[in-house]
Amino acid sequence: MSSLFQLENASVKYGEAEVLKPVSLTVHAGEFIAIAGPNGAGKSTLLSLLAGLNAPSSGTCRFVNTPAHKWPRRDFARRVAVVQQSEPSVFPFTAEEVVCMGRMPHRKGMYESEEDHVAVAKALDTTGMTAFAQREFRTLSGGEKQRILLASALAQSPEVLLLDEPAAHLDLQHQVQLHQLLRDLSRKGLLIVAVTHDLNLAAAYATRLLLMHEGRIRADGMPASVLNSDLLQEVFHVHIELHRRASGQPWLLYGE
Amino acid sequence: MENKSARWAFALIFSVSAMIISGLIAVLAGSHHLNLTRALHGVSPDHEILMELRLPRALLALWTGGALSLSGVLFQALLRNPLATPDTLGVSSGASLGAVLAIFFGWGARGGISGVSVAACVGAAAVLVLVVSVSSDRGKVSSIGLLLAGITINVICGAAIVFLANLVGFLKSFAVTRWLMGGLDPPEYSTLLWLTILLTPVVLLVLWHGREWNVLAVGDTWAATRGLSTTRLLLLGCIAGSILTGAVTALTGPIGFVGLIIPHALRMWLGADHRILAPCSFLLGAAFVAICDVFARTILAPVEIPVGVITALLGGPFFIWMLRSRRAGIRI
Repeated sequence: MSSLFQLENASVKYGEAEVLKPVSLTVHAGEFIAIAGPNGAGKSTLLSLLAGLNAPSSGTCRFVNTPAHKWPRRDFARRVAVVQQSEPSVFPFTAEEVVCMGRMPHRKGMYESEEDHVAVAKALDTTGMTAFAQREFRTLSGGEKQRILLASALAQSPEVLLLDEPAAHLDLQHQVQLHQLLRDLSRKGLLIVAVTHDLNLAAAYATRLLLMHEGRIRADGMPASVLNSDLLQEVFHVHIELHRRASGQPWLLYGE
Repeated sequence: MENKSARWAFALIFSVSAMIISGLIAVLAGSHHLNLTRALHGVSPDHEILMELRLPRALLALWTGGALSLSGVLFQALLRNPLATPDTLGVSSGASLGAVLAIFFGWGARGGISGVSVAACVGAAAVLVLVVSVSSDRGKVSSIGLLLAGITINVICGAAIVFLANLVGFLKSFAVTRWLMGGLDPPEYSTLLWLTILLTPVVLLVLWHGREWNVLAVGDTWAATRGLSTTRLLLLGCIAGSILTGAVTALTGPIGFVGLIIPHALRMWLGADHRILAPCSFLLGAAFVAICDVFARTILAPVEIPVGVITALLGGPFFIWMLRSRRAGIRI
């Protein structure tokens, strides 16, 4: 397995606040990594470091040997796609036009190529959004928007998919479908890194779980080994009951 | 997809026709009935009216409408705000301040170029440089930074203009007011030539980047993760939009509303894709100002009304009617 991202003591400061303490991490193709942790743990910051949107304040974050933020943006975008939390748009773009924007790094001219149309149609099909193609993006429901944003990232034909809470706004069926899709993509060799709050889904589908707390990676490994009730109670400050499914996957119940 | 190409082709053909027809109307209509045969055969005064008054004025009207409307579309995309106008960055306030300074100090024409126009160009350029340098942070420029800097500089220029207007004497005060109302005076052909040389490449550049404006109009991060260099594109767009606004404002004074309603109306019709929105805005913006100028010249003839008054009086109610009669949905 080739390593795609390599972080060495990478940290991020906003002004005086060090929101990400020095982190070292190696990430390979074909992994499905879930990043979990309480609010403000540094999950999104770590993700934007991987996306090359921030430069680390100290240390390095390399994507294939070159610091992620120093990559020519277009070359980087051909390999790495990012799904942010819902993008507001004030203009009346159709869902299809939003998906089409994912083809931007592959553009050859002012108009879409045949290849672009094929990729867009496939992304809409994969996310089950073909019927919504001509709807105005702003009029879609939260979950539908989320799936269009995912389709836009898939249209980018990336090797790496970085997602910030992709299951937010999704109903139960679509949460499960999303995780199935991400698992299938990772089995085809894509690297998936997703920030999530749903530990049960992460445990069921991810191959690796990073548990973050106060700007640090508190635990890193197979979900079954990372999820233990003492650690979770320390990090999340709620009472957690750890069960096992028949398959051996951890299954959490939480409350007061 | 075929459906979309057909719609775009129709929209383009419609817009080109509208611009040509409006241009012809602007040349032919006026307080003096123009006999075209006589004018083309060099018979006075029809010939002079056509060649020295109507034609240059119509060409200026077309350039003005096209440039302001295109600049409106561009700034709305760059600032991600459908209420942005060519003046949101303060460029036309800067031009006005330059012009008012020129009137205040009595800078006359030199070599056929009006001192007021030159000062207006300088004012527009100075505001652009100021806005960009104020809003850039460690080599990066953001939409929200530009918006805030633009609004602030707009207010400062506005206050400076009022301050100066209170200092100048009565005669100059009239010149200031007249300039600030905006109007189309028949320009020299050399001026029109310069305008064309300056604006043609800018217009083509803006139209060429339609797909980029689409992505940038959604968000800075959105554009960055799709491989665009957002700072470079924002700067390119701001400079292009400012040249479009600054150059025509220097000749006509501020003319409002065009850059707001034409793009809005077209978005309702064509959607948000800048590859069709931008060219149609340019063409129909040109048509709109040419027609407004016909009204400005004729309704109270021989008295002329500033064309900015007509764009607002004609465009405003039309726009409200359009907002009311739009079909279901919340298209802006």
